[in-house]
Amino acid sequence: MRFDTVIIGGGLAGLVAGISLQQAGHRTAIVSTGQNALHFFSGSFESMDEAPERLKTLFAGAGIRLHYSAGVRLMPLGIFREAALSLEDVSLLPEPCFADKVLILGIPGYLDFFPSFLAEGLEKQGIVCRTSMLNLPESVRESPAEIRSVTLARMFDRNWDRVVQQVRLLLKDEDGVVLPQVFGLEDPSVPERIRQGIPARVVFAGTMPPSVPGIRTQLLLKRRYEVLGGTYLGGDEALEARVEGDSVRSVTTRNLDRHALEADHFVLASGGFFSKGLRSNPFRVWEPVFGLDVAYDEDRNAWYNDNFAEDQPYMNYGVRTDEALHPLVEGRPLRNLYAIGSVLGATRPELGSGGGLAIRTAFHAVDEILEAV
Amino acid sequence: MDPREFDVIILGGGIVGAGTLRDCAMRGLRALLIERADIATGASGRNHGLLHSGARYAVNDPESAAECIRENRILRQIASHCIDQTDGLFISLPEDDMAYQRTFVDACLKAGIGAEIIDPALARQLEPSVNPELIGAVRVPDASVDPFRLCASNMVDAKLHGAQVRLRTEVTGFIREGDTIRGVHTRSAQTGRTADYYAPVVVNACGVWGQQVAEMAGVTVGMFPSKGALLIFAHRINNTVINRCRKPSNADILVPGDTVCIIGTTSTRIPLENCHRVSVTPDEVTLLVTEGAKLTPSLSETRILRAFAGVRPLVSDDSDPSGRNISRGIVCLDHESRDGLKGLVTITGGKLTTYRLMAEMATDVVCRKLGIEKACETATTPLPGSQGRSYEEVAREIWEAPSTAQKAAAARLGDVVTRMPNPSRQDEALVCECEEVSAWEVNNAFERMGVSTLTDLRRRTRVGMGTCQGELCACRAAGLLAKAQDCAERERADLLKFMGERWKGSYPIGWGDTLREAEYTQWVYKHVLGL
Repeated sequence: MRFDTVIIGGGLAGLVAGISLQQAGHRTAIVSTGQNALHFFSGSFESMDEAPERLKTLFAGAGIRLHYSAGVRLMPLGIFREAALSLEDVSLLPEPCFADKVLILGIPGYLDFFPSFLAEGLEKQGIVCRTSMLNLPESVRESPAEIRSVTLARMFDRNWDRVVQQVRLLLKDEDGVVLPQVFGLEDPSVPERIRQGIPARVVFAGTMPPSVPGIRTQLLLKRRYEVLGGTYLGGDEALEARVEGDSVRSVTTRNLDRHALEADHFVLASGGFFSKGLRSNPFRVWEPVFGLDVAYDEDRNAWYNDNFAEDQPYMNYGVRTDEALHPLVEGRPLRNLYAIGSVLGATRPELGSGGGLAIRTAFHAVDEILEAV
Repeated sequence: MDPREFDVIILGGGIVGAGTLRDCAMRGLRALLIERADIATGASGRNHGLLHSGARYAVNDPESAAECIRENRILRQIASHCIDQTDGLFISLPEDDMAYQRTFVDACLKAGIGAEIIDPALARQLEPSVNPELIGAVRVPDASVDPFRLCASNMVDAKLHGAQVRLRTEVTGFIREGDTIRGVHTRSAQTGRTADYYAPVVVNACGVWGQQVAEMAGVTVGMFPSKGALLIFAHRINNTVINRCRKPSNADILVPGDTVCIIGTTSTRIPLENCHRVSVTPDEVTLLVTEGAKLTPSLSETRILRAFAGVRPLVSDDSDPSGRNISRGIVCLDHESRDGLKGLVTITGGKLTTYRLMAEMATDVVCRKLGIEKACETATTPLPGSQGRSYEEVAREIWEAPSTAQKAAAARLGDVVTRMPNPSRQDEALVCECEEVSAWEVNNAFERMGVSTLTDLRRRTRVGMGTCQGELCACRAAGLLAKAQDCAERERADLLKFMGERWKGSYPIGWGDTLREAEYTQWVYKHVLGL
């Protein structure tokens, strides 16, 4: 099978690159294992302190509403953190004290949301807090062991109006309401509908993974990519590459067996350790598909900081690239391969980290590919 | 009666202290236990979890071997809910001397341990994970034991018999009149409040730290701290304890326990002042994995969950201050006859398996001093949670069709679950998916088991001991704890401390899937939770 560009990895970086290339008339394929960092996305894009026009356009095309205003956001354990570019679920507040009185609503049996921590954090800001519980339909309460964010979001997609009714009944004189981020999995309009229906300022606070806004974003981006004619090979994994000279010719995958994916350009958006873009054993760190040069410490003792709260050196490891993001093999760049997103680790600190790194490097690779044509 | 006065004060909340507390309370003494940190924080909670048959000691230390097998039989009766009756194998590999197997079996039989030579083919059938190249196998009655559960059960029963426990309380000095100890000065580690407690007898059951406690009283007990490193694997590869049939050496025991298995150990003498912070080195990890794979080849491909180390409370022989001549046996010192100091008894040495016997010996001395003649009953009275029914029967008593989480709760708590308030539906929410611990069990630990931190909770419920090493469950449990204690700020700090402690056991083995999990955890705590 032949494409203009084959992208390995279906996370934020891979999808942004795929959508942009399809829009430019390229024929592309994305090989994705299915899970990626969007599944535990906090809702705010790391290291993005502005909203590039082309990103806004791309996300709007996919039906994802972004908002940008530098401010603070309420984190799941009641702390406030600075944030800028975010998904619409994340309330970016000019200051932590966003209301006088706040009603915090938990869900019975749902342990991945933390009303006690939130109340303490808000009270520290001088906000008067009251906590209460939303009632769940009988069908969900039947199996309390399985109450997780995605289960709830699926149910609320159909019953969001009942949530609005309940909140209106529970609300006394509060001018703020804090709800868990468990709204709008398949139906992206739900968070906004809930905000509209409640006569108080609604702030959605994060939960433990999986992240409902993150999964929704992934679904919408993937849908957009497919609508634009992209070939999304989900549940598959890139295995090996055939390299000739300084160019990649093809990549084999687990599901396609002997049918290699051929292309003019390849993009490696396979993520860090968690996504298996980087692998490790007691002796080394390696990139499994192309065998690229990886920047890491040879002495394993230097991989870690024994203090959990400190930065961990291993998280900075990534594939080495030249200026144009061409990865190196034994010091020599592969001319038609680009590494983007977390597989870079912190080898290119000027390009940011997390979501910011994914987006910047994806656009960078897209521009290089389009220029080369 | 002055609430600060007791018949006996026991120092140390490890298994020997807990056992002694129970024995004293059952003999009608007003007993108080004082522990600096939490239950089972020393060697009691940092070991293989092996209920020795005694076979390992049969050749070199027949006395210990005989003690082990007697206690092994007793504990199977009185602590059945803490014990997994796995049996054990001693295997010989091609490089091992088969003549040793004969010596070994003879020594076992002499000590009263039912050791039976079996065909290697049968051993492979009994334990499919065993190294298929084995040339000899001996079956022995080893078992696996949950030391945290055992320790907690002893404390719970002691309390039911009227004993008191002060956790997180440090002994700062002895109250002494001439040649007699009258009690102890203490300070609470949480509030800083000081308090004095009085009793005619004080028992030093502080394990390796017993030397410092004895020094505080002006007598010497020479400890010989010996570090042992162990690795926890993320799967229960074997269902039978697998030992190497050779002279005791490094990494030659693999013990299945609950959902995991543990390989160990090593033996390195360390200075007493380092006993608080022992860690595992990369070399030790390599040694444990390499040697462990000889028992069970699949170990080399199994994910390692955690590395940890404990310190054996071995005692230097009194007549040999150099510490070269050490004993693994039980040491019970009456400081009145030994040093002329009245009112102090030290119980140390020994093993997890022989804790009950050690407690009995210490309590006998206490009773003799107090002129009490009641006989010890701990060998025949089951611990709470262990009234002889299986966990499945216990679970069915409360739940019509128990889920696996409910069965797990019954297995951890034994028949104590039947006395807990009935769970509401909401209580059935799972806190820890790896170990299937429900909100109900967690709240029970808060309310009845003296839990004030996540680490305390882990020792009592296994929350955070599973594959994710607390990544998800610690946070859920912290949410419940913040609510129960109404102090979110302290709990946030506790959560970070708990994750830091989990990380200390993960990074020595931080590669492959463990590193993947670590990266995920870092991401969740830094970016999703914003800590």
